[in-house]
Amino acid sequence: MQNFQGVGVSPGRVIGTIRQMPKPVSEPPSGELLAASTTAEEAVAGLKAAAQSVHDELKARADKASGDGKAVLEATALMAKDTMLLKSAIKLINNGSSAERAIWEAGASVSEMLHNLGGYMAERATDVLDVRARIVAELRGVPAPGIPASDSPFILVAEDLAPADTATLDPAVVTALVTSGGGPQSHTAIIARSLGLPAVVAARGVDEIPDGTEVFVDGAAGTLSLEPTEEHRTAALAWVANAATLAVFDGNGTTADGHLVPLLANVGGAKDAAAAAALGAQGVGLFRTEFCFLERDTEPTVLEQAAAYRGVFDAFPGKKVVLRTLDAGADKPLPFLTDATEPNPALGVRGYRTDFTTPGVLGRQLEAIAIAADETEAEVWVMAPMISTAAEAARFASMCDAAGIKTPGVMVEVPSAALTSASVLRHVGFASLGTNDLTQYAMAADRQLGPLAELNTPWQPAVLRLVQLTVAGSAEEGSGKPIGVCGEAAADPALAVVLVGLGVSTLSMTARSLAAVGTVLKTVTLEQAQELARLALSAPDALDAKAWVRAKLPILEELGL
Amino acid sequence: MPERTATIASRSGLHARPAAIFAEAAGESPVEVTIAMAGSPADDALDAASILSLMTLGAAKGDVVVLRAEGDGADAALDSLVTLLETDLDAE
Repeated sequence: MQNFQGVGVSPGRVIGTIRQMPKPVSEPPSGELLAASTTAEEAVAGLKAAAQSVHDELKARADKASGDGKAVLEATALMAKDTMLLKSAIKLINNGSSAERAIWEAGASVSEMLHNLGGYMAERATDVLDVRARIVAELRGVPAPGIPASDSPFILVAEDLAPADTATLDPAVVTALVTSGGGPQSHTAIIARSLGLPAVVAARGVDEIPDGTEVFVDGAAGTLSLEPTEEHRTAALAWVANAATLAVFDGNGTTADGHLVPLLANVGGAKDAAAAAALGAQGVGLFRTEFCFLERDTEPTVLEQAAAYRGVFDAFPGKKVVLRTLDAGADKPLPFLTDATEPNPALGVRGYRTDFTTPGVLGRQLEAIAIAADETEAEVWVMAPMISTAAEAARFASMCDAAGIKTPGVMVEVPSAALTSASVLRHVGFASLGTNDLTQYAMAADRQLGPLAELNTPWQPAVLRLVQLTVAGSAEEGSGKPIGVCGEAAADPALAVVLVGLGVSTLSMTARSLAAVGTVLKTVTLEQAQELARLALSAPDALDAKAWVRAKLPILEELGL
Repeated sequence: MPERTATIASRSGLHARPAAIFAEAAGESPVEVTIAMAGSPADDALDAASILSLMTLGAAKGDVVVLRAEGDGADAALDSLVTLLETDLDAE
């Protein structure tokens, strides 16, 4: 039996056969000419045949799809044999270009034309590029890019997933995710947790496993095993039973001795918010407003924004909704706010800092939030991302005050804000720890990089120490201002216990994790949580911190978490 | 050359689903059909069977377009395509 060890990022134990995600289609070299042995007529015929078969495959998928997905697939299928696209490619072939290069260039110019038209057309520009990649793959005789289409369930193995892959990832077909790259905070991890799929990242060597191999994946232990044993089969069956109980959160986050820790949800829009409310979330601890506008080239109007925010607020009448102002930059560029040419975007103009370079956008967003907050029964709190100093916190608070927002706060993700939290908190009403970025900055390790996965975990004692210092700063400030956690750390049931022990007052996570965190939290008293926090802080490294705490929480192993 | 004018009836204009339905129908007609915005030169007319051409045309609801075709069955083909454009395809 061969094992692959990675980092477990979303619990669950499953057995299944794997499918490899094809590598992205590479660009045919610029200036690539027709092979001497091929005539232009033959190349044109080959291109037409490839286009037709891409069309037929997309059309077949459209016939099986429904709703918006069907409409998009139908339109994409037609693009594959579109006369405009093919005629301009054929012209290039007749001028001596290879078929691959010809369709590549034709696709690029059509896509640019659509992009320049803006709005809905600009959104379709990526569909043209997808079609182009599919035709090139067909010409080369390699599998089409993207998540493989399949009727039968499989375990998806990839190098890493991009946010765009979420749209085509069907959780009814894909039963687990395993990547050779990525880290615990990578997009793969975030996608897996939001879909409730078991996932292992940074498992070196898994990209060599042939399609169709049967494997056992343990998303808590972070392992993939070839040739599953009887024990594995029993574990997978037990997980199915546990998953049913772990799917329901009773809406009451508390320790065994009744210390209340509201469990909130991280959401990106109205749809997420409604789903989170249905899963028992006690409010929203992180509303990522940029997710409403990620595809936009231009700034949404105040009224458009207000309507989008209102959609989330309305899902939680009488409950707290913590909204984060636009967190553009680094891995989430917004063309109207960010400079894509920065050499070091994670340390660049991102989050609150975009107000230095593009003033006005933040002020208008606060105006929109105030409008939406006025019309709803939700208790709206507003925080700025990437605050580094007390002066920035003070300025943000005065901007909120001017817009009529009652409860301003800050994200603590830059270590300087954690270290000076007492002075930062004097100006605002609350703070929320963004552990993903806090870890990346404390450890100086890019969160998307697989080779740094071991550094990039919030179990690092240095990160836990920053959490402790932030809480201590609130005590020093003296008016009991709450410190929450809204990073992926809160979704790890063992780490959630440690965070509560460190004095964190609320935990916000992907709604899928609420039940697991709630179940484990109920098994410890506040005093036990504090003891586990001390234990984790005293560990020499992240691996020990995690192992020591997990050893004291036997319920985790029992539930397969 | 036979030609017809038609007023776009679909709410989203000639994009997305309506464009796909129309392009498919134009592709199935026995003659080659072109489409242009009313008032623009016939030389600028685009292939009506090309969904990408239709999208770059950018016709919105209420815009008037001109369809042209030549050959056997051109009149019948144009008539049925006009009917399609003047139906709100988003409503279906």
